[in-house]
Amino acid sequence: MSTVLIPGELTKVKDISGGNGGGVNGHHPDGEGGSGPRRWRTPPRTYRTGMWIGLSAILMLFAAFTSAMVVRKGASNDWDQAQLPAILYWNTAFLIASSITLELARAALRTLARSQSLIESARARGRYRGCLYATLMLGVCFIAGQLLAWNQLTAAGIFLETNPSSSFFYLLTAAHGVHLLGGIVALLYLVFHVRKTLSETPGLLRTAVDVASIYWHFMDGLWVYLLVILTVRW
Amino acid sequence: MTEALAASEHHHVAPTGFIRKYIFSLDHKVIGIQYFFLALLSVLVGMVLSWLIRIHLIWPALHIWGLSHLSAVGAPGGVMTPEYYLSLLTLHGTIMVFFVLTTAPQAAFGNFILPIQIGAEDMAFPWLNMMSFWTTFVALMVLLATFFVGDGPPISGWTAYPPLSAIADSGPGQNMGQNLWIISIAIFCLGSLIGSLNFIATTLDLRAKGLTLSRMPITCWAWLTTAILSLLSFSVLFGAGILLLLDRVGGTSFFVPAGLMVNDKMQPHSGGSPLLWQHLFWFFGHPEVYIAIVPGVGVISHILPAFTRKPILGYRVIIGCMTLIGFLSFMVWGHHMFLSGMSPYSGLFFSIPTLAISFPAAILTLNWIGSIFGGRLRFTTAMMFCLGFVSVFVTGGLSGIFLAQPSLDVYLHATYFVVGHFHMVMGVAAIFGMFAGTYYWYPKMFGRMLNETIGKIHFWLTFVGVYLIFMPMHFLGLAGNVRRYSAFTDDYLIRLIPLHRFMTISALATGAVQFLFLFNLFWSFWKGKKASDNPWEATSLEWTVPSPPPFDNFAGKHPVVYHGPNEYGVAGDKDYIMQDSPETVSSLN
Repeated sequence: MSTVLIPGELTKVKDISGGNGGGVNGHHPDGEGGSGPRRWRTPPRTYRTGMWIGLSAILMLFAAFTSAMVVRKGASNDWDQAQLPAILYWNTAFLIASSITLELARAALRTLARSQSLIESARARGRYRGCLYATLMLGVCFIAGQLLAWNQLTAAGIFLETNPSSSFFYLLTAAHGVHLLGGIVALLYLVFHVRKTLSETPGLLRTAVDVASIYWHFMDGLWVYLLVILTVRW
Repeated sequence: MTEALAASEHHHVAPTGFIRKYIFSLDHKVIGIQYFFLALLSVLVGMVLSWLIRIHLIWPALHIWGLSHLSAVGAPGGVMTPEYYLSLLTLHGTIMVFFVLTTAPQAAFGNFILPIQIGAEDMAFPWLNMMSFWTTFVALMVLLATFFVGDGPPISGWTAYPPLSAIADSGPGQNMGQNLWIISIAIFCLGSLIGSLNFIATTLDLRAKGLTLSRMPITCWAWLTTAILSLLSFSVLFGAGILLLLDRVGGTSFFVPAGLMVNDKMQPHSGGSPLLWQHLFWFFGHPEVYIAIVPGVGVISHILPAFTRKPILGYRVIIGCMTLIGFLSFMVWGHHMFLSGMSPYSGLFFSIPTLAISFPAAILTLNWIGSIFGGRLRFTTAMMFCLGFVSVFVTGGLSGIFLAQPSLDVYLHATYFVVGHFHMVMGVAAIFGMFAGTYYWYPKMFGRMLNETIGKIHFWLTFVGVYLIFMPMHFLGLAGNVRRYSAFTDDYLIRLIPLHRFMTISALATGAVQFLFLFNLFWSFWKGKKASDNPWEATSLEWTVPSPPPFDNFAGKHPVVYHGPNEYGVAGDKDYIMQDSPETVSSLN
């Protein structure tokens, strides 16, 4: 990646997140401007690496759940798949929309990095914040919708232990929900630390947003996958 | 390392408060030592449990002092009940596999050594590193708590097969004890996942300039391979644990079959598959074996050249074999289940890759022997444990070839043959790797040398001892001695009791010898000879920094690497070239 120029601060921050491979060490100049002692900082690209590694573990967890589901279904003839609440499709729409707003937020951040005037950068910042809030709201809507779906199911007398099919429904939605809550916490972090990180280390903010969005999109895709295996009758 | 450099602006600040420095430390070296002592505590508990197990087998009516205080139900008047024997067996296995074999080789040595070997200031995510240690610590405490709640630890073994492990009233310890066991393992999985994430990110991203993947010490490759195995297998065990816990507390039927009667009570479950647990568990369980042994393989391959004074034979081959073993380990889990009722055809499917593992394993062994051949050997304690490792690795590996064949496994399954096999290759070999690592890196970790005389006595007594304990197990297995029995009252087993007595005495003696090691560890900490920066004349980066290293490892300098770790036996006034030394290799001796 090349250099990033932030107007307003007029600080040139060199981003060395490129050059993976050849063994480039993680000593990056963030925060080295002062003369005081420097705290060890994880280089930005390592956050991305770490996120992909973490996601592969999450992928394995859900792969395990999926294979358990396949095996359990074939193990005996007590599988009774109930009609799932229609609100799940609304939730899916919320989640897909949230991915789009998050991408818009990232686009705003890119504009911010390129912006030449104060007005332009102020606009980009506003758009960035707005999109982030929208993503957050949509995420919360999704979680609320999932809880509502649980509510409707239990009202219909379908509980965790009612049937292996419902067991897997509650298990997978809960496991996904917990992970998505983690994403909401990450977004809250971005919202509340936005002022501080934006002024201090813009490179770090972009990394944080990038990493959070990798996670968020993954959770989005994971949900679509789960919805398919939960609704398709096979 | 000059003081002027250390004081440069690159120097990052060391915490001064006791808590931030020693308890909730972010420093990978402190965390490594924390892991080391956590594993040391665990191995002592596990060893005492194995003593109790062995004693009960020979003297079932013996009053064991203090045992009645631990559990009035499990050992009334100090005499162990058969159920309590199984409780202790469960905890012996769980503690040893998770908190010793998974923790010490990877998390303890890896944490301390890896960042220095790759020339980094710290692990990629220091905060996560601290979290992974404390998560593991909580997991250990939850597991040890099973001794003190309800009627003791679970009796379902470290593999926790349902339906036994899924039904609360199936025996003592199966209620609260089993719940805590699952929770402990789930917490352990989280800690291990965080840890392996950190290892992979660190190795991929934080290497010093010039330290390409093909110049990394083999230890780093081993820790990387192990971390990948951990990452992909502990996440599956975590999922399996959740399913098992839901079967117990949520009323689901993932693993419990329909119409199950336990203690004359019909269980309210329907249609679950106990085999499903076995598949999920062993999908984790087999890579787990390599999580325990691969760091040992790395440590041996790394240490050997320092004491043979010649490059390791087949550096790339060893790395290839190690990663191949790691890859194959995900395709062989069914060999634990030949007799589970799984299709015999799948038995064949799992048997072939299992046997295939013996190829890379044999190549590794030949490489080690070839590395010794023609070297100028230095018989330090670390070197002797390396040679001991090769010996037990071969012994334990050979019996694996028998077990890998479904037709032979029909006879040998669940006998002492299996116990002998996995103790030799997964237990003893991995522990020899840890001993080699401890004798080799202790100077770097604590700044003093371990006593070599005590070390050599420790080696010889341990080496002979482990063969005396575990070799007879193979004969017991061939004689049809089934594992997990708490007593041998059946007439065909009575004749085997003398052999068991021999093993028990060997186990007590070999265990006692370990206190020599413990004494050496603590005595040398205060009284040992001061260690120089590079007491073994080795080449990798950890020997370029003071012993013990400063807080930020390289005192603000950024090491540059010019060589692989194998420049031994070169011409010149010293016969090795450090990895960060810019001089070129003139000619090999």
